[in-house]
Amino acid sequence: MDTLYKTDVLRLAAQATGAGKLADATKSVTVDNPLCGDRVTFDVHMGANSKIVAVGHTVKGCVLCQASASVIGAHAAGEDAASLEAVRESLKAMLKQGAPAPAGAWATLGTFAPVAGHKSRHECVLLPFEAVIQAAGK
Amino acid sequence: MNKPVRVVPFDVEAVRAQFPILRTLLHGKVPLHYLDNAATAQVPEAVLEAVRAHDALRRANVKRGVHALAEAATDAYEAARRKVAQHLNAREEREIVFTSGTTGAINLVANAFGATLKPGDEVVLSGLEHHSNLVPWQLLRDRAGIKLRFLGVTEEGRIDTGDLDELVSERCKLIAVTHVSNVTGAITDVAAVVRAARTVGARVLLDGAQRASHGPVDVQALGVDFYALSSHKMFGPTGVGALWGRAEVLASLPPFLGGGEMIRTVTLEKSTWADIPARFEAGTPPITQAVGLGAAIDWQAGVDTAAAAVHTAHLADRILDGLRSLGGANRRIRVIGPQTMERRFPVIAFAVEGAHPHDICQMLDGHGVALRGGHHCAQPFHDSLGLAGTSRASLALYNNAGDVDAFLTGLDDALTKLT
Ligand SMILES: Cc1ncc(COP(=O)(O)O)c(C=O)c1O
Repeated sequence: MDTLYKTDVLRLAAQATGAGKLADATKSVTVDNPLCGDRVTFDVHMGANSKIVAVGHTVKGCVLCQASASVIGAHAAGEDAASLEAVRESLKAMLKQGAPAPAGAWATLGTFAPVAGHKSRHECVLLPFEAVIQAAGK
Repeated sequence: MNKPVRVVPFDVEAVRAQFPILRTLLHGKVPLHYLDNAATAQVPEAVLEAVRAHDALRRANVKRGVHALAEAATDAYEAARRKVAQHLNAREEREIVFTSGTTGAINLVANAFGATLKPGDEVVLSGLEHHSNLVPWQLLRDRAGIKLRFLGVTEEGRIDTGDLDELVSERCKLIAVTHVSNVTGAITDVAAVVRAARTVGARVLLDGAQRASHGPVDVQALGVDFYALSSHKMFGPTGVGALWGRAEVLASLPPFLGGGEMIRTVTLEKSTWADIPARFEAGTPPITQAVGLGAAIDWQAGVDTAAAAVHTAHLADRILDGLRSLGGANRRIRVIGPQTMERRFPVIAFAVEGAHPHDICQMLDGHGVALRGGHHCAQPFHDSLGLAGTSRASLALYNNAGDVDAFLTGLDDALTKLT
């Protein structure tokens, strides 16, 4: 029934890794989902060679959105805009084409596989990526 | 001796039996509990059949042909207009313009009536409006240099008519407000709005999208000038709705859309306009859909809507009570809008601290309960509450106690997981 709300998703959301504002943010980006009014802000602290040193996020959104931001909070350090873009594309492929979950550090994103069957919720998972990619970009 | 009052209990199961979709099993096994009626209501067999019969037996374009089908289609279309006129107690059938829905009707007024306004003129709206009674006026403001002013919303979720004296000035040409809120269910004090408008010679438009599914409306008694409604919220097809306009007001307005059917004569340089309502019905109208709307009105006329209102109010009370008892120290549930069923319709929006409306709605979907979450196209109002969205249960006359219980049980379960 509630396959979307497996305990893993609820746990990720509750952990809220990286939640909060960054005091020394290089850049901060807020994106909205016009369909539901959800809002995600990512603060990033960028290091040398445009790699992320730390992120902080503020999510006014659903559990899926919170869980996705939490995954980013756990794994964004060391990534840059291009590598995050690649992660987002494989997440998209998982949601939209049933591709396998991303491998390696981002394998946790496999938790969102059941969202594939709920088109209206894809954006909930993708929105935090949009924010962090914009924040890490030029 | 007083005549004994005959109390006819409302037979909800007999009503339900007429709606095929209510027999749906979701996810292959869960019975449907449809509580998203404020977004779109379901359609009874009689309407489905009327739509099918029209296309099977009378399909043709209206007004243009002399052949038998064209005449039959035109008759059916005009009969539908008559039914809408009756539902609204309009003085004349020509006061009914078919549109694509409430949004289409309000845009028509914002353009046709809007064309008569001058820079500096004012239109008064409220902070409770659906976007479809806000954005068309913002567009007009940007086009024509008019000014928009906004009535506030009371703690109870009602349009604050106490603001009228201050906001309605000699420059006000129109007050456009919702008849019933799609978020709080509150019924607007229309008499106060009309009184204020009349003192300065302004017109009044009511957004009737949420009202027209709850029995007949009397636009003459309301004393307004325009009334907008959508078929799909009143057990009819999608794609059609209506604008009612007081005949002398409509007749004084220029057209909005240009095209076939709305003209008297056309030369390459210039055209003259048809009389109302044709002036506002450019192009081929939604004929089959209008016929379906007529059938939906016939169907509603066969229901004891007063008894149905008592029935849905009971169910809504049960929801309000249920939300109160589900709330508690660590589950803060806030009902947005009047806390009792007085002067309101059974549309109940609520917010739960720490639980997002989409999560609530998705979990309830697992219980077969169709609920809506989000800002319900009333973002300014939600902003004013400091909320991105709410969850909303909205009832129609075919809902029963089983629907309410499934909702409350499902919500309890969802909140156990989410909070
Ligand atoms: C109060 C109100 N006004 C206007 C509308 C818009 O109706 P439609 O989308 O049918 O044009 C709605 C529908 O959600 C509504 O509830």
